[in-house]
Amino acid sequence: MQRQLNTLMNEQFDDIPAPLGEASPATELRAEVRNLDFWYGDTQALKGVNLRVADRKVTAMIGPSGCGKSTLLRCFNRMHDLYPGNSYGGEIRLFPEDRNLIEMDPGLVRLRIGMVFQKPNPFPKSIFENVAAGLRVRGINAKKPLDERVEQALQGAALWDEVKDRLQESAYGLSGGQQQRLCIARALAPQPDILLLDEPTSALDPIATAKIEDLLTKLHKSVTVIIVTHNMQQAARISNYTAYMHMGKLVEYGVTDDLFTAPREQMTSDYITGRFG
Amino acid sequence: MTSITTSADRDSGMPLYGGADARFLRRRALWNRVASYLLFLAAAASVLVTVGIVYVLIRDSLPFFAKVSLLEFLTDTQWTPVFENARFGVMTLVSATLTVAGIALAVAIPAGLGLAIYLSEYARPTVREAVKPLLELLEGVPTVVYGFFALLFVTPLLQTFIPGLSGFNLLAPGLVMGIMILPYTASVSEDAMRAVPMGLREAGYALGYSRFRVAAKVVIPAALSGITAAFILGMSRAVGETMVVAIAAGQNPNFGFNPLEGASTITAYIVQMAMGDLPHDSIAYHSVFAAGLALFVITLSFNLVGFFLRRRFREVY
Ligand SMILES: Nc1ncnc2c1ncn2[C@@H]1O[C@H](COP(=O)(O)OP(=O)(O)OP(=O)(O)O)[C@@H](O)[C@H]1O
Ligand SMILES: [Mg+2]
Repeated sequence: MQRQLNTLMNEQFDDIPAPLGEASPATELRAEVRNLDFWYGDTQALKGVNLRVADRKVTAMIGPSGCGKSTLLRCFNRMHDLYPGNSYGGEIRLFPEDRNLIEMDPGLVRLRIGMVFQKPNPFPKSIFENVAAGLRVRGINAKKPLDERVEQALQGAALWDEVKDRLQESAYGLSGGQQQRLCIARALAPQPDILLLDEPTSALDPIATAKIEDLLTKLHKSVTVIIVTHNMQQAARISNYTAYMHMGKLVEYGVTDDLFTAPREQMTSDYITGRFG
Repeated sequence: MTSITTSADRDSGMPLYGGADARFLRRRALWNRVASYLLFLAAAASVLVTVGIVYVLIRDSLPFFAKVSLLEFLTDTQWTPVFENARFGVMTLVSATLTVAGIALAVAIPAGLGLAIYLSEYARPTVREAVKPLLELLEGVPTVVYGFFALLFVTPLLQTFIPGLSGFNLLAPGLVMGIMILPYTASVSEDAMRAVPMGLREAGYALGYSRFRVAAKVVIPAALSGITAAFILGMSRAVGETMVVAIAAGQNPNFGFNPLEGASTITAYIVQMAMGDLPHDSIAYHSVFAAGLALFVITLSFNLVGFFLRRRFREVY
């Protein structure tokens, strides 16, 4: 798996400029964070973050607890708008349309950007209805397309074989790892442009984690993935690019292999060698 | 205590299973036993009181059922206990009771749910903090006030556009009773909705749901067992409510479900009889207990229905 991923990266990365280098043609970028600030009330949680998210790649965000990874991730789908008192500064431009998603309607943004949370949070509904939820809200209600796309999403989340005989049963009957894959299927079913994952495996055992990692490495051929993780091995295994954050700032961003083997910043080096964090 | 005794403590002479520890364990065991007896007594007392009430209800309605057959009690449509030729069809009272309760729920369910959704999903925290105590205040208004409100304000108001409305009717007390149980059902439903974890709402929003869709498709299903409980209890209250109907619905036992006419409900009948001085061995006296028993059975069956509904809904999800 790892070798496969490396060759894949080496082959396909040649034509992508270094993430923080020269401006690239907009089509190779899915999103670009420009000078993003974020405040929880009076507390500034993000300070001038710049980040370029490559199309159909896995971008990982690492850093010590409280450094702002989740905060940054949740800017992408405007989750912060649900709570009063939060405010943004700067831009997150979406490509290819080149629009600032901070100024778009949050509902529209969320129709295009899916999210998987740290804690599995299936709805109190059947397995089928959980996956169908995102399709129904987009007006897909006919049986045939629903059936097809639910199956497709469950296949994509490597859950189909385990649940195909119990689609009408409650999602709460699934194990934690299965619930998390169900949540991935639910997020994938509407075919989002970007999939956000906030420590999706932190509540799971190694086997369930391996399944989800395996899934993510396959996923990025069709969807752009941004993942927050505390687990540096995980970032190294599954991501193409890695961003290291510290105290609300983005310290270093680069091709994953480079960042882990030859970090440019002392702080990054300290963190990945386990000297703090 | 023993677990935090380190070897260092033992070296310094503190006994591990010696006097101090043994005394501690003995004392703890004693307190455990005393506490569990006291709690059991409290629980037993409440059960005993309930059983006692049911016992009295049944005992004092037995003389009634010795003279009136259960069949007549349940199928006759006349209720004329003090007439020469007395008739005892409890459905007469039950029909009025259910009509009023039905009208009350028709008001309280949509309005209560709406209010609960608004408070839990839409209102800013400041608004919510202001409205919640207001609701609790409304709950504290004496029911006799609601009764006069129905009789002297709502009925005349309704009469201006419903010409056929009697001065005593079921509609006005039904509507007022709906308003009366609204604060309770809304506030209990709101508690149930707010107990739904934020993560579940976020999952809905992340899929592109609107605020309303999150409320309708995520929060309400997740809070359904609490919401059902709220409305079942509201229904029980409506069925058992006395003052409003005694004042505004009249005391005429009429079989039927016409909300424009006045009719006596079970509770109104009981209160009417309890205020007169009936001879203790008369059938009219015992009919009060029979009516009370019917009321008890109705309320109990609503609670049972609520119990099974909740179980069923929980199984679906
Ligand atoms: N709702 C909030 N209100 C106020 N401050 C918050 C809120 N949520 C997070 N913060 C603060 O913002 C900073 C960034 O938090 P964030 O959750 O993004 O960190 P994180 O990098 O995801 O950490 P972890 O790895 O522990 O999940 C922290 O200092 C945190 O205390
Ligand atoms: Mg986090």
